Amino acid sequence: MRIFGLNRRIIRVLLGSQYAHMLEYRAEIALWALSGVLPFIMLSVWSGSEARLGLGLDGVALDRYFLSAFLVRQFSVVWVVYAFEEDALLGRLSPYLLQPLHPLWRYVAAHLGEQLTRLPFAALIAAVFFVAQPQAFWLPSLGGFLLAWLATWLAFAIAFLFQSLIAALCFWSEKASALERLQFIPFVFLSGLLAPLTAFPPGVRALAQWTPFPYLIDFPARLLAGQPVDLIAGFAAQLAWVALLLPLVLLLWRAGVRRYSAMGA
Amino acid sequence: MALIDVRGLSKTYKVADKQPGFAGTLRHFLQRRYRDVAAVQDVSFQIAPGEMVGFLGANGAGKTTTLKMLCGLIYPSDGDVQVAGHRPQRRQAEFLRRITLVMGQKQQLMWDLPPLDSLRVNAAVYGIPDDVARRRTSELADLLELGEELTRPVRKLSLGQRMKAELLAALLHEPEVLFLDEPTLGLDVNAQSRVRQFLAEYNRRTGATVLLTSHYMADITALCQRVLLIHQGRLFHDGPLEVLADQLAPEREVHLELERPAQSDAFEGLGRLERIEGCEVRLLVPRDQLTIVVAQLLERFPVRDLDVKDPPIEELIGGLFRQGRV
Repeated sequence: MRIFGLNRRIIRVLLGSQYAHMLEYRAEIALWALSGVLPFIMLSVWSGSEARLGLGLDGVALDRYFLSAFLVRQFSVVWVVYAFEEDALLGRLSPYLLQPLHPLWRYVAAHLGEQLTRLPFAALIAAVFFVAQPQAFWLPSLGGFLLAWLATWLAFAIAFLFQSLIAALCFWSEKASALERLQFIPFVFLSGLLAPLTAFPPGVRALAQWTPFPYLIDFPARLLAGQPVDLIAGFAAQLAWVALLLPLVLLLWRAGVRRYSAMGA
Repeated sequence: MALIDVRGLSKTYKVADKQPGFAGTLRHFLQRRYRDVAAVQDVSFQIAPGEMVGFLGANGAGKTTTLKMLCGLIYPSDGDVQVAGHRPQRRQAEFLRRITLVMGQKQQLMWDLPPLDSLRVNAAVYGIPDDVARRRTSELADLLELGEELTRPVRKLSLGQRMKAELLAALLHEPEVLFLDEPTLGLDVNAQSRVRQFLAEYNRRTGATVLLTSHYMADITALCQRVLLIHQGRLFHDGPLEVLADQLAPEREVHLELERPAQSDAFEGLGRLERIEGCEVRLLVPRDQLTIVVAQLLERFPVRDLDVKDPPIEELIGGLFRQGRV
């Protein structure tokens, strides 16, 4: 039986082949993992500043928050708009559109394959962090870890759907990735990569809650770091964003395919 | 009953025109002007199950646009298309399982992995059981003379090996309808011949219907009894290749190599003298006078060698359109 065009065999084979594909790029992926050290830079900025006291987090909690932010970011990075744009421009999308499987599943599998390839590098960076900051070492409870894992997965789903929405605009504009860059600044500020959301004034914080950004890093990172969060509100917001974005992506995709004229093919 | 039924098919694109220079750029930015380009105009034809049909035309004639509309990649602006009982533009899964499109310059194989990995994905996507996929892969690989290439990364394969692997991937689900767009483009003579033999054998074994575009006339003459000729989006010929060749080339080309040079006026009344260079002579002779003229040539001149052939069909098609005969 197929659900959304998928069955267990397709999932297994797609993931296996995409993992093998990503392993070919392991050196590049290791560099990508390294390039995601912005949370550590911000940690050093906050640690050396008196402003840290306003965050309501002590030194160890701040270490754990930024390490968690790093790990959540590692497993929710999305690049579908760039891959899709290139495929559309070079006409590589045509064979995908002629197979009885929604092309977006290939990009999902590619992302998951890349995350699996990234895992050892991210773990190594975390290990180095603990060697440098042994007082920050902690092991989350199994329940806490599973909830953080679920929240990270939902963060990935939101980011993937959000970018797929932009990617679908490639059917109209060949350089839709420019729009992706437009949302990068609010993402960096409001997601919790630069600072936990508690660092922002109440007005900005309240506004941020109505955007998807805090649910991409801040919420799952706090869960992983074992810090207090409103579980129900956090997961409800994540599910609401998935429920909002999914039909939009499918609708825009369907309209886009009608317009598609196999550019470059 | 036709497996491919095309009636009044048209496709019009909107294209923005831009004049060169700074003023042109400003005008293009502020007041963009579009014009309609008719890529395909009112094309109709039917293809029966099992037929192999060649699709001829110069670059930009509308061949690829038509193929893309037939497989559902492009929505027609007008007209009606039915392929295997489906409207291609709906791209229903049942339809997609029955067709394939091979584009000579595009690939579906994963670049960094061996073809077998892509074949496993295709088998899963098309729901082909593992044992059936293995058997088909083995059969098709035999026909295509592919062996250890299937376990080498695609990027390490030669163009010919890659094209054969692409064909294998495109045919693993045993489609009934093959749309082939320049499947031998860029291949060397041996690889072209191998692909041609394979396609003929595949058609014989499976009864698949094939619509083939190619720049190489050898592909068309080797595989297709029937050809469609398209020019500037319009269909100008639909029928046997020989009829087209007769229309295109009412004359045949006679090459002579003489024992000693002759004067050009000696060939008067023996067809149209195209070239005379020392002992080498090239004449164009009406088809119905060929035997008489050849007999006269052999009688009048000391002939060392004589060769009769059709001029290359690409030249003929080009000539036909240049002369405005269609």
